[in-house]
Amino acid sequence: MALRTDAAPFDRIEGSGPDLTTHRLDNGLDIVVIPDRRVPVVTHMVWYRNGSADDPLGQSGIAHFLEHLMFKGTERHPAGEFSKVVSALGGQENAFTSYDYTAYFQRVAPEHLGRMMEFEADRMSGLNFDDAVVAPERDVVLEERRMRVETDPAAQLSEAMAAALFVHHPYGIPIIGWMHEIETLDRRNALDYYRRFYCPDNAILVVAGDVTDREVVKLAESTYGRNACRSQPPARQRPREPEPRASRHIRIADPRVEQPTLQRLYLVPSSRTAAGRGSHALEVLAEALGGGPTSYLYRRLVLGGGKAVNAGAWYMGSAIDQSRFSVYAVPAEGVTPEALERELDAAIAAARDDLDDMSIERAKSRLIAETIYALDSQSSLARIYGSALAVGETLDDVRTWPDQIRAVTRHDLVEALELWLTDRRSVTGHLVKDRT
Amino acid sequence: MAGAIQAVASHPDIRAVRSPGGIEAWQVESDFVPLVALAFCFEGGATQDPPRKAGTAQLLSRLLDEGAGSLRSDAFQERLADRAIELTFTAGPDAIGGSLKTLVAHADEAFGLLRLALAEPRFDEDAVERVRAQTLASLRYQQNDPGTVASKRFLAEAFPGHAYGLPAAGTPESVAAITRQDIVDLHRRLVATGRLKVAVVGAMARDELSRRLDATFGGLGGQFALNAVAPALLTGRGRRVVVDLDVPQSVIRFGYAGASLRDPDFIPTYVLNHMLGGGAFTSRLFQEVRERRGLAYSVGTSIVSYRHAAMTWGYTATKNERVGECLDVIASEIRRMRDEGPTDDELAKAKDYLTGSYALGFDTSTKIAHQLVQIAFEELGIDYIRRRNALVAAVGQTEIREAAERSLGDGSMLVVIAGRPTGL
Repeated sequence: MALRTDAAPFDRIEGSGPDLTTHRLDNGLDIVVIPDRRVPVVTHMVWYRNGSADDPLGQSGIAHFLEHLMFKGTERHPAGEFSKVVSALGGQENAFTSYDYTAYFQRVAPEHLGRMMEFEADRMSGLNFDDAVVAPERDVVLEERRMRVETDPAAQLSEAMAAALFVHHPYGIPIIGWMHEIETLDRRNALDYYRRFYCPDNAILVVAGDVTDREVVKLAESTYGRNACRSQPPARQRPREPEPRASRHIRIADPRVEQPTLQRLYLVPSSRTAAGRGSHALEVLAEALGGGPTSYLYRRLVLGGGKAVNAGAWYMGSAIDQSRFSVYAVPAEGVTPEALERELDAAIAAARDDLDDMSIERAKSRLIAETIYALDSQSSLARIYGSALAVGETLDDVRTWPDQIRAVTRHDLVEALELWLTDRRSVTGHLVKDRT
Repeated sequence: MAGAIQAVASHPDIRAVRSPGGIEAWQVESDFVPLVALAFCFEGGATQDPPRKAGTAQLLSRLLDEGAGSLRSDAFQERLADRAIELTFTAGPDAIGGSLKTLVAHADEAFGLLRLALAEPRFDEDAVERVRAQTLASLRYQQNDPGTVASKRFLAEAFPGHAYGLPAAGTPESVAAITRQDIVDLHRRLVATGRLKVAVVGAMARDELSRRLDATFGGLGGQFALNAVAPALLTGRGRRVVVDLDVPQSVIRFGYAGASLRDPDFIPTYVLNHMLGGGAFTSRLFQEVRERRGLAYSVGTSIVSYRHAAMTWGYTATKNERVGECLDVIASEIRRMRDEGPTDDELAKAKDYLTGSYALGFDTSTKIAHQLVQIAFEELGIDYIRRRNALVAAVGQTEIREAAERSLGDGSMLVVIAGRPTGL
């Protein structure tokens, strides 16, 4: 009952959400400006509509490796100059690569926005680095992979599960690439990939902070506006994942594992591939099933039977192609992953009857509140809008997201459970100790 | 950059609010977003754990939102979730703290639940056992993680026999030994109005805050004395410890002296650390270890400021075959910095970065609240944010030389390696 009366403040607040504007330069560069006048800081981001899922066959990791090499200099500026300028101006910078996009950002005082744009526009088309920097930087990436995966059995399980879930689509290949393929990546691979994807008509400029959209567009015209577009914008060529038929079980046994875990992935639609409210239903389902200590799985597996010490769920909705939904649980001492898996299966089978309206409403409230909390952080807003556009969602999709979440019904959740959380769409992973 | 510095110095208009009951909070009022973020801490954290019961303060912090007043754990969590109120508690070596974030519309409920959690936690047996099991599971999960192994061993070697040498999360043995009574006792000793620091940012008027301070934090526990904590110095410099783990890459932790936040030498030491191994891509270690040689993905150093000790510690990870080379490069950069100091240009650029980027730490309500509480906890004064950049700007070669003398000393380090390094 209390929740009904809460609907009003949530509504009112969203109406005053970010007052953003969009523009497009003649060369095809999309621009989003998000005002935030609270602090003298701007977040400047360029998003490219290409990610690891666009890596050519046999060159896994090239999108990520190129992201590293983008800091290695251009025709006009030697390696490290951009970073030195950012630092001397009191700014911060970084970059990241995902399955569907690659993004570069700086955070600086507003008066330095033009400088950032000059440098970023320069490396959009003028990348040029010595062959001598390639080998050490490849070593850096190999060390990154050793740090993240080669020394961590849990990360190896995640990698193996994704590889099993996607039998054909490149979402099954790790963003950083496979070790043996990273080892072979060279300058030529990087520059070929760069020339294919890095151009204004494949990019989105997002600026959040204490600036007007007029200033931003003017600065963008005099910097990015000089980058030539392609006669034809780059196209992504992705194979389609076939309909899955086989449930799969994956197991990593390692002598270093002291705490077993149980993971499951389901192949599900993304925000781009779902019909109707399908993707919003999956968002609410993940929150209701496994979003924290009031969630269905936590109550049933942790508070109820005590078979697990933790349990949860998540959904990667922001993706161009078919995506993943995960449920996981950490077995209590003395409980095997097999025994816990039976409990988990029973819980999911019972969810259609046991998920009550209160917990569905609670999940929706929490998801909607997150969007209000995000207003407090200009870098979060820049990321939300940048990533949405980079996977091909529209600004309207982002703007109406809270309404769409609110519109999800119990029936939508039951349908999502029946359609997507089924055996044949699943990969189950056990992380256990190797006692041999 | 002057404009930005000016703006951040004047923008968060920080005021001290004192309630009728005498509770002081630092406040930044702002109604850009309809939320309120609050951060708080009580002095006395893991250093106050009972003997052989490391992890008590952390267990306590994890139990504060597991039921309070008449609400059992699930009912308490539901009340938070129904209004999307975010309430978290943490325990560090010297304090128990937490943060609260709520939409303005739900402030009554949020502050009410916070009061309940602090004043009337239930510590029900089933909740204690559940959180204990979660803690033990996470200790087991990290038991052979090279980063965790290296860090724990480093602290044990650096501060042997001292509370700072014990893991705040405890060990499987110590966590198993903690009783409900230990938690009740520690709660009574630590969660006391007299040891509170609190900061509030967001859409809340001064009068309303003043009223809420008394209602929320007034009358928390009596004033029990904290156990005295002896001052400690990092020991073991010159030693190199290898913890054997069968992994292809070794994690290296290295350390030397530092300066605590209250120390007058803190700012010069901080500037020195920035040039040697601080956060940006420009530090000497980043340039020599990563950029030039591709030895590691991550390399850096940071100053750790405890209430009764300070140190600088560094982190990197490189494949087993290159550990020796990596350590040589780090050692030689430390010696070079100590012997030659930075160039004037390097020092000027470091100060430009540190003053210019200070504003970046104040861009969300939660970040501002946490910065303020830390400044209050360290007793640096409510004008610290205003003064801080001038302190950095005043650092010259003389101060850097003195800071290097004090923290780098003869250049020797305590080194802990977790992995299977070859050719050392």
